Amino acid sequence: MLRTALFLPLFFLALLSAPFSARAAMEIEVVGGAANKIAIALLPFGAAPNQPVPAIAQIVGDDLKRSGQFSFLDTSGTPPAADIARVNAGAWRSQGAEAVVVGQVVAVSGGRFEVKFRLLDAVKQTQLAGFSYTIAASQWRTTAHQIADIIYEKLTGTRGAFSSRIAYVQKQGKRYELKVADADGQNPRTVVRSGEPLISPAFSPDGGSLVYVSFEDKKPIVYVQSLRDGGRRKAAAYKGSNSAPAWAPDGRRLAVVLTRDQASQIYLVNLDGSGLTRLTRGGNIDTEPVFSPDGQTLYFTSDRGGSPQIYRMAASGGEPRRLSFNGSYNVSPTVSPDGRYLAYIGRDGGRFRVVLHDLANGQTRVLTDSARDESPSFAPNGQSVLYATVQGGRGVLGTVSLDGKTRARLSESGIDAREPDWGP
Amino acid sequence: MNKILGALLLALTVSACSTTGKQATVEDRTSGDTTQSATTGTAAGTGAETSGLGADGATGSALDGSGKYAGDPRKDPASPLSKRSVYFDFDSFVVKDEYNPALEAHAAYLASKRDSRVILQGNADERGSREYNLALGQKRAEAVRKALMALGATDGQLEAVSFGEEKPRDEADSEAAYAENRRVDVVYGDE
Repeated sequence: MLRTALFLPLFFLALLSAPFSARAAMEIEVVGGAANKIAIALLPFGAAPNQPVPAIAQIVGDDLKRSGQFSFLDTSGTPPAADIARVNAGAWRSQGAEAVVVGQVVAVSGGRFEVKFRLLDAVKQTQLAGFSYTIAASQWRTTAHQIADIIYEKLTGTRGAFSSRIAYVQKQGKRYELKVADADGQNPRTVVRSGEPLISPAFSPDGGSLVYVSFEDKKPIVYVQSLRDGGRRKAAAYKGSNSAPAWAPDGRRLAVVLTRDQASQIYLVNLDGSGLTRLTRGGNIDTEPVFSPDGQTLYFTSDRGGSPQIYRMAASGGEPRRLSFNGSYNVSPTVSPDGRYLAYIGRDGGRFRVVLHDLANGQTRVLTDSARDESPSFAPNGQSVLYATVQGGRGVLGTVSLDGKTRARLSESGIDAREPDWGP
Repeated sequence: MNKILGALLLALTVSACSTTGKQATVEDRTSGDTTQSATTGTAAGTGAETSGLGADGATGSALDGSGKYAGDPRKDPASPLSKRSVYFDFDSFVVKDEYNPALEAHAAYLASKRDSRVILQGNADERGSREYNLALGQKRAEAVRKALMALGATDGQLEAVSFGEEKPRDEADSEAAYAENRRVDVVYGDE
């Protein structure tokens, strides 16, 4: 495939310039130039004997690289700083760095580790952040993601999303598992197992629950499940199909799609099952509702105009207005946390790709270069989009930066992943 | 209604599959396997071993004296009732004219047997959004349901459901497979 042929040389290019070893589980493709990237010298951290793998700096570097907002100086030949309190950031400035990160890991009693890092402004030669953590080995990755968040926020002014989580469905043969993993796709944990399909998982606004659709009763039914204790109940189990659940921002209501009146229509319902209210009218397909962050607007997919397109409507109901006008198939809307953008899937010439849509002016940008993309969702800081695609005949998960220039493949090889959602 | 649907499908599954003691979650009827095995036994008191044959035979349908089908017309391969699938064009839920003979036959059968029930299972090919495909499968099943009602079946005999793209008959990545999956299946409750 042409895509694979283009992908490989770029990946190896990134390899040569990257200060860390490539890992099969993480593949990052950088398309286009390095405009507006912050140049960072991320030095290897001093290591403790028997510390967990991979190194903290590796996890941090992968997080920052995936964001697409940084370029990395080659620090592979540099030894760790002997004393992180005395680092010559100016030496790195002369090589083009804007920021320097140093750190060290020391083993302490009880099998624990003390992790220290400092983020330095290479130009002003001042410290921007410095922290020390005493952690168990089980907190290794969490700590690395926190460090990446701090570095990201200090340098970009935007909160990091590296400590957030994703949910997705994995299919193996006829078995389906709903999993929750770290934002980098690592550390997956299964929360639902079924012999029937699972689709459309979505985190609650506070991240404490998942709503999803299960076919275990031989037809689609909406469940809400606690991530704390795994307890769940049916949130929508009406006659016909129950699907496409979306949380209202207050976390107390869901928008769902029911076929109890034959056509697929959008309804609101309270979490306790009360207050069922129909929002859309007509014999069309109205599906995939999603709330704006202020809860006032619903965006959804409808074929009322003759082909599936993105519409908006007041959350209290009312006349929908069409938003998408490129091509004959636009589906699966998702809203950025600041309410300014939609991402959705647009079909063009048979290829299904992720589209970014500016709600202020209606301008769109195609973010991906693949052909079978589905299920986009924004990072909690709105800076990238998670989606599912097909590579090598299998479902894989990926993220793409909002300028479309940095794409990372998240999932481990060998699994068939689909239906991702990015949660807090 | 859901309980009836579940019971119907469970009945279908049990009749089609060997009893492997699977759990209460109703299993996929399309994955049902029938195992027929030959059994061996030793006749007591003799030196000979005998083998029994398992029920491997196909089930025949009775013919009357003139060679025509007697009994259940749905088993007659020459009858339009044997056509159980309606296929759809890409992105479409329009029932094409070529299916009229089959739909007329099913509606007539249902009109003549008021206690007969049918589930219309809508499907879509795998391209595009899963939720939209779930709705598209539903719309296809609904279109067949409306056609059958217009031809004489009653509302209470018909239920339209959708599997979207989740239960493909052909999992290949080809136009032929996609076409096979754009389909509504007419499934009788008592077969």
